[in-house]
Order: sequence, then C-alpha cells, then structure tokens
Amino acid sequence: MEGRARLELMLTLIVVLLTFGVLYIAQGNMNSFYIRVLNLAAIYAILALSLNLILGFTGMFSLGHAGFMCIGSYVAAILTMSPASKEIIYFMEPIHPWLANVEWPIWPAILLGGIIAALFGFLIGFPALRLRDDYLAIATLGFAEIIRIVVTNVIPITNGALGLKNIPSVDSLLVYWGCAIITIFVLMRIINSSWGYAFKAIRDNEIAAQAMGINIFKHKLMSFTIGAFFAGIAGALMSFLITSIDPTMYRFTFTFQILLIVVLGGMGSLSGSVIAAVIFSIAMEVLRFVEQPMNLLGMEVPGIPGMRMVIFSLALLLIILFYRRGLMGTNEFNWSWVLNRLGIRSSHRVKRGEAN
Amino acid sequence: MLKIEDLQVFYGGIHALKGISLEVPENKIITLIGANGAGKSTTLRAICNQVPAASGKVYFQGEDITGKPTADIIKKGITLVPEGRRIFANLTVMENLQMGAYARKDKQGIHKDIQKVFELFPRLKEREWQVAGTLSGGEQQMLAIGRALMSRPRLLMMDEPSLGLAPLLVREVFRIIRDIHSDGMTILLIEQNATAALRIADYGYVLETGKITLQGPGWELAENEQVKKAYLGKA
Repeated sequence: MEGRARLELMLTLIVVLLTFGVLYIAQGNMNSFYIRVLNLAAIYAILALSLNLILGFTGMFSLGHAGFMCIGSYVAAILTMSPASKEIIYFMEPIHPWLANVEWPIWPAILLGGIIAALFGFLIGFPALRLRDDYLAIATLGFAEIIRIVVTNVIPITNGALGLKNIPSVDSLLVYWGCAIITIFVLMRIINSSWGYAFKAIRDNEIAAQAMGINIFKHKLMSFTIGAFFAGIAGALMSFLITSIDPTMYRFTFTFQILLIVVLGGMGSLSGSVIAAVIFSIAMEVLRFVEQPMNLLGMEVPGIPGMRMVIFSLALLLIILFYRRGLMGTNEFNWSWVLNRLGIRSSHRVKRGEAN
Repeated sequence: MLKIEDLQVFYGGIHALKGISLEVPENKIITLIGANGAGKSTTLRAICNQVPAASGKVYFQGEDITGKPTADIIKKGITLVPEGRRIFANLTVMENLQMGAYARKDKQGIHKDIQKVFELFPRLKEREWQVAGTLSGGEQQMLAIGRALMSRPRLLMMDEPSLGLAPLLVREVFRIIRDIHSDGMTILLIEQNATAALRIADYGYVLETGKITLQGPGWELAENEQVKKAYLGKA
C-alpha cells in the first residue's frame, strides 16, 4: 500500500474510534434529552442514506420510504415486546398465537425488521420499477399508503389503529450511531463497487447504461431492495427510541421529511445526508420556540403547531431556488482533499486535487 | 458477421420497420442512410433488443440473438454508440471509460485499452478527471466512441455520430471512424450526413419509411441519381 493510502486508512480508523469514544463519554455525561435528539439524528441519517441510495445514486424517484420504515418498526416491536404486555395491549382482538410468546433480543429483531422491509421492497419494486420519474413516485407513494392501511387493519398482528406500547426502550448512543456507522460503511462499499458504478450510470443515462451491458432492471431492483432494508432498520430503531408506535406516524409526510434531508445534504452524497440529518434533527428541537405563543411587534400571536415545518419548507424552497446542489452536491468528504489542504503531498502525482 | 432477416418492428400501431434484411460482413463499414423517421435508429435498437422485434431474425456470428436480453447481446461483442452521445454526465472521463468496460473482468487489459483510447483521443487524456457533462459536444462524442471501444466490441454500431457537431468536427469524427476501421473493427454506421457516410462505407443501404429501397457499394450509391436527389441535395 502506498504511504498516502495507508495514512488515509489510519485517519479513518482514528476518526471511527474517536467517534465511539465521544459517544461513550457523551452517554455518561449528557442529559437524556440531548441523547434522545442525537439518537433521532442517527435514525434520520440512516433513512436519508438509504433514500439517497435510491434517489441520489440510482436516480429513482421513490416516495415509499415511510412504508418500509413502518414495516421494520412493527416487525421489531412485535418481536421484542414481552408476552405479558402483549396480553394487555391487544385487547380489541387477541394477538395471533404464533406471536404471543415471542420475545427476541433487540439485535436479531432489528435485523429481521430490515430483512422483511427489504422483502417488501423487492415485491413492490418488481412491478413498480418498470415505471420511472413522476410515475414511479406516484406508484411508490401509493404502495407506502397501502402498507400503512394494511397495518392499520390486520388487528391480530399489529393491534390496528391503537398502535403498540411498552416496546423495550433502548437509549444507548452506541446502538443508534453504531447502526448509522455500519450503514455508512456498507453503503460506501456499495457505491464504490461495480454495482455502485452501475447505479450511477443508470442515474445519468439509462439508455447508455444499457448499451454498456448493464442489466438495468436488476440493478434498479437491487438498489431499491437495499434502500428498503436500511429503511426497515431505521424503523426498528425508531420503535426502540420512542417505545410506542402507531400507523399514523408513517404517513407520507414522513417521507417528505426524509426527502428534505436528502435534498438539503445533496443528492448523491453520503456525507451530505449524514450532515443534513444531524442539522435537521437539532433544528427541529431548536425551532420549537416558533410554535410557542409569542409577542410579535406588540401583537399577541398564539402558538401554531406545525410552524417548524413551514420554516423547513421555506428552507427547501430557498435551497431549490438558489443552491440546488444542496450542502455537498455529489461530493463526498474525503481525506485526499483534507490532506491537500494541509499541504501534505502524496508520494506521486495527486490524482484528484479537489473533493470529488 | 451480423445478419438481419426480414426484421419487423411496431411502435404500438405504427409499423416502423416493414421487413428489413441486411448483412454486415467482417472488417467492413456498412452504412444505413435515410431521412428522419425512416427507421434507422429503430433498426439498431431492434438489433440490441432495446425494442422487441415483431418478427424476423437477427444473427450474430451465426448465432440467433433475436429476443436475447440486451445485456447478454452486449456481452457477445456488439456495442452501440447511442444517438446524441449519452455520456454519463456526472461521472468523470475516466469513470465513463471504465463503465465502457463494465462487462469485462481483465483489469490489465482494461488499463491497456484506456491508454489506447487516450492515444486515439489525446483531448480525453487532458480531461481525464473532468466531469463528462462539462466537455464540449465534440469531446463528448469522442468520449462516447472511446467508451464504446472499451468493451472491445467485434461490431461497433454508431447512431448518427456527427449529429450536432461543427463541420470541422464532423470531418474529425469520420477520420476517427476510418482509423478505428483500419484497426480491423467492423462498423455499422447510421447517418443523415449521407455524403460523408457513403464516402467511407464499403456498402450502403438506403432506408425509406421502414423499407430498404436501395443498396449497393458506397461509391455507387453516392453516384446514384435517386440518392443524390433525396439525400445529397443535388438535382
């Protein structure tokens, strides 16, 4: 390995270790509110990353993310709840006997949440990915709503509109950010593999990609399924973070929040998605004051719930008008750029001088 | 090398190809000329199975490839330079070329072929790390041709490579086509620029509303009164 590549690998390892160190210290010293906000940021990061794979890297305008998340959420919740609390919560109709006594630890439940979401992604993608652009968006949006409505109505499994309560609570930063970091690494590997190049080729030009011998449908379906898998994982984590879920949480407005993060961070940039997810979740908390009753220029303004989303919508409008590439565009954070900035030359020719 | 027998294609109710038969022998440049909507591009798309053929057969090196998946046909050694260049605008020149070799696995051979493409197009070498969308039209066309060569095709199909280029660049593109051909490549060329295409072609076919109306050696077609009137603008 050339000196510079080794240096970059070392730096990456150091940053990862440092991140875990900081998370560990934060866990012990921060109050539970801040920890919760950071955990939410990790979930948003996973969601934005997975939507970015579908939308930013493969160019498929899918709006079904809340649906996949819903599936992951319910699978993980049903698998981990204690039999006793299941008996209390399912009072409309008793739970299906197969599920009544299941009580899994959280990790396999998270994984299965992802797998089942991926399975649905595959089944939905199979017919829907023959469409493209706006039509694909409408079809996936429809499928996501179908998922939500089915979940509302299969009462013996999901407890219907009443939702689920008493899901085991997990508040460890390491769990949420650990999942986020694994997601980042897996997606980075995919993006830089020949699959990743095929995805980007499909995004840039489908006809040319086909002329290169890329099987378009197979790669689209793969990207969609992988995206759904990570959305399912994020859904499972969401269950453990807020411990009570119901189908209305996963309405399509939720998908638009994730879309907002992806656009904000830059379509086609993993680092952008993570940065934007953190900014978004912190801003959601900081901006709570705008929903309070306040005194504007001597006028009493009553508190308006939902004002925060108005501000985000305005931000989205401004980004689309003036800064369409988002925070990072299609660039990624990379070490060569940092090292070049610091004036550390590589042993031979610098291949790419800019962050690219 | 490539043989088409009575190929028919429909776009919904429109009968786009009404039974076309043509042959591309090894190491020759064959050109297909015709006006807009004559079915030139459709023929290429039908060869790659990007549009399904209603009837007829396509043989490549004696093997029936009609209805095979596009990706498989490409892997057999047919490459298409699509109309309007269609480079990957957000990838660099280098990445575009690597995408051209997508179906190949031999890393060393790929590296060697990239150098070969750079020899053929020194301009691309200068722009190696530039994002392809920022190249000029002529450079993009060169990249599209270079990218097609990266798959080491046995048959190179080009859909209007001179489209939208300045006259000087058009001449350059045709010079390149001749260069590639002299390296032993078989080429099926589709053109509206009939004069230039017929000048370099060994054999030509004239397509009119989905039918082949004329065929013959390139120079002969260029002299043909009917062709002159219809395509070359000379009365």
